[in-house]
Amino acid sequence: MSSSGIHWFKYSSPASFYPVAGRLIPWFTALAVVFGVAGLYVSFFVAPTDFRQGEAYRIMFIHVPAAWMSMFIYVVMAVYATAGFVWNTRLSSMMARSLAPTGALFTFIALWTGSFWGKPMWGTWWVWDARLTSELILLFLYIGYMSLYAAIEEPRRAARASGLFALVGVINVPIIYFSVQWWNTLHQGASISFKNAPTMAASMLTAIVVMTLCFWMYSIAVVLTRVRAEILEQERHTTWVEALVREQR
Amino acid sequence: MSVGEFFAMGGYALYVWGAYGVTALLLAIEVILVIRRKRTLWRRVGRITRMAVKVKNEAQT
Repeated sequence: MSSSGIHWFKYSSPASFYPVAGRLIPWFTALAVVFGVAGLYVSFFVAPTDFRQGEAYRIMFIHVPAAWMSMFIYVVMAVYATAGFVWNTRLSSMMARSLAPTGALFTFIALWTGSFWGKPMWGTWWVWDARLTSELILLFLYIGYMSLYAAIEEPRRAARASGLFALVGVINVPIIYFSVQWWNTLHQGASISFKNAPTMAASMLTAIVVMTLCFWMYSIAVVLTRVRAEILEQERHTTWVEALVREQR
Repeated sequence: MSVGEFFAMGGYALYVWGAYGVTALLLAIEVILVIRRKRTLWRRVGRITRMAVKVKNEAQT
C-alpha cells in the first residue's frame, strides 16, 4: 500500500481526528460569517424586488439553501453511517451521528420558511403535496435515526442498526428532489437547473449560492464541534484523552 | 429606501422576518447547545482524569 493510504487512515482514528477538527473549526466559522454577511447583503440590498411576488420571494434565499442542505447532509450522513458498519470504523459512525441534528434542523428550517412563503403566495401554511410531504418524511427519518441511535445502549450495535436505517432512508432523497416532476404539485419546479438557462436574475442566483456556502460552512463548523464532543464522550476512559487533558492544563 | 420601508418588506414583514428570524434563532440555539455540550464533556473528562491520578498516587503511597 502507498504511503498516502496510510496517511489517510491515520486521520480516521478519533485520537488523531480530534485535534485536526479543533484546528479546522475557527476557519469554517470565519467562512460561515463572511458568506453569511455577504449573502444577506446580496439577498436584501442587491437582488431586485420580484415583479410577481414582491418582497416575499426573499424567503427563497434561505429556503432553497436550507432545503438543499437538508438533502445533502442526509446523503453525507448515510455515506458515513454505511462506512461505519461496513468497515466498523468508529469515527465514521460518530460523524454520521453528529450530522443528524444539523440535518434535522435544516429540514425543519426548509419546512418552516416554506410555510412562511406558502402562506402569502398560495394562501395556505401547509398542503399535503408531494414535495412538502416527502420533506416532512425526511424530518421523520432524521428523528427516527437519532432516536434509534439513542435507544440502543451498546455503541457498536447502535451504530450498526441506525446505520442501516439511514441507508434505507436514502431512497427518500431522490423522491424529494424529483417530486415536482413526478407528481402534479403546487410547489414550483427546481430553482436552479444545469440544463436550462437561468430563469432568474444573476443577483438572485448569487444570493442563493452564497447563502448555501454560508449554511455549508456553518454545518461543517457545528458538526466538527459536535463530533469532538462525541469523541470525548466515547473515548473518555482512554489514555490519549487523559494525556490530552494533562497537556491542556 | 427608508429604514421603515425596509422593515415593512412591501407588506410581507410577518412572512419575511418570521422566516429569517426563526432561522437565525434556531442556528444560534444550535451553536450554543453544541458548544455547551463540548465544554461540559471537557470538564467531565478533566474530573475523571484527576480522579484517576489521585487513585494512582494513593495506591503508590
